[in-house]
Amino acid sequence: MTDTQRVVHAYPFSPPDRFKLDPFYAELRRREPLTRVRMPYGEEAWLATRYADVRTVLGDARFSRAASADRDEPRISPRKLEAGLLLMDPPEHTRLRRLVAKAFTARRVEQLRPRTHEVANELVDRMITAGPPADLVERFATPLPITVICELLGVPVEDQDRFHVWSEAVVSTTSLSVEQIAGYIQNLFAYMRGLIAERRREPTEDLISALVRARDEDDSRLTEDELVRLLTGLLAAGHETTVTQIPNFTYVLLTNPDKLAELRADPDLVPAAVEELMRYVPLGVASSFARYATEDVELGGVLVRAGEPVIGSLSSANRDEEVFPDPDSLDFRRSTNPHIGFGHGAHHCIGAQLARMELQVAIDVLVRRFPQLRFAVPEKELEWKSGMLVRGLKRMPVAW
Amino acid sequence: MVSDHWRISVDGDTCIGAGICAGTAPAAFRLVNGVSTPIHETVDADDAVRAAAESCPVEAITVRDRKGAVIAPEP
Repeated sequence: MTDTQRVVHAYPFSPPDRFKLDPFYAELRRREPLTRVRMPYGEEAWLATRYADVRTVLGDARFSRAASADRDEPRISPRKLEAGLLLMDPPEHTRLRRLVAKAFTARRVEQLRPRTHEVANELVDRMITAGPPADLVERFATPLPITVICELLGVPVEDQDRFHVWSEAVVSTTSLSVEQIAGYIQNLFAYMRGLIAERRREPTEDLISALVRARDEDDSRLTEDELVRLLTGLLAAGHETTVTQIPNFTYVLLTNPDKLAELRADPDLVPAAVEELMRYVPLGVASSFARYATEDVELGGVLVRAGEPVIGSLSSANRDEEVFPDPDSLDFRRSTNPHIGFGHGAHHCIGAQLARMELQVAIDVLVRRFPQLRFAVPEKELEWKSGMLVRGLKRMPVAW
Repeated sequence: MVSDHWRISVDGDTCIGAGICAGTAPAAFRLVNGVSTPIHETVDADDAVRAAAESCPVEAITVRDRKGAVIAPEP
């Protein structure tokens, strides 16, 4: 088949519906693992759907994110990314990422686990005191990751009402206007510049102070603009996705009562359950952040030409039957689970270990403390977010 | 000056296969069956190798100098 004969599919293939993954992905994995797609914005691209190919696109240095800067990259947002780690390749990307990587290692994150448990338990105490029903999103899933990232970075948690609203800009596609998104991002930058100025005057033991010190000792490490963007990215991205995934995971458990019962009977399964839920929940409405081939690359039976963009579908890779037997079933006892829910390669989520720990604590506390947890409204009445990069619930009224 | 040589080791049981090292220092690391593996055990001193060890989220990579002193990750 020559490229000119290929059918170009509109992508995403269908509007998001809860956590259902469009069956067309499975068909493509079988039939046409590299396919042509057109997203609502930007140029036509290849979409890779098989696990091995997606890992190649994300992990192989022959595929570049930096190259997207000069192109009209395929995307579901009107807005294009303008700067940041996700527009860089090693070694430039490495220069910035290494400055913060050690704050997010498994070892460092483990030190935050007791405090995270304490915060989760306090939030549940308050829900129990006030009595059911309660919105799990507002009362538990939002304040938990925000408190943890605030304490790690050194951001005053009492400012959360402001920066949480602005942070929607990093995951919004059309829920906010282009002007609102730009405005919120500027608000986040201005807010972070204020905190940076404070720490310069009066350093403390937090990540903002550590990064300010790194720059002030040797300004070849990062520019002031990079400092502001890096910290803003950690604050916004550092809580938005976990805030979304806690209710997402809870939703899957409440709609799979046998799986919830299995966890209740054996809470030691929680870490494995979190991995399986990371695999199973197709968080992204569509995959984005195309990588541009820097040379001709043979992939999925196709010769991708230098300069062509390829999108790797994480959600499809995570359902690849070649890697995950019975991929559409939720199984907390898989012998191996090499999912790529946190991505792969140089851009693998920097907060992955933090998110894992927070999700483990959240699910553990919910399972143990709410033995009768249930939706307080019929499932059909739950409201889902729209106009976002990610799938999630606006509110989740629960009782117990 | 004699160029410095470093020794790379990866704890395969700790490695989670995130692929950050292979993305950061593709000349030094590759994934074999999903697990990071040094391409050569001994390499010339290279900042990308140090960065890969510093960037490993589970600190599965250790880089040592000729005398066995740990260069990365930081304790």
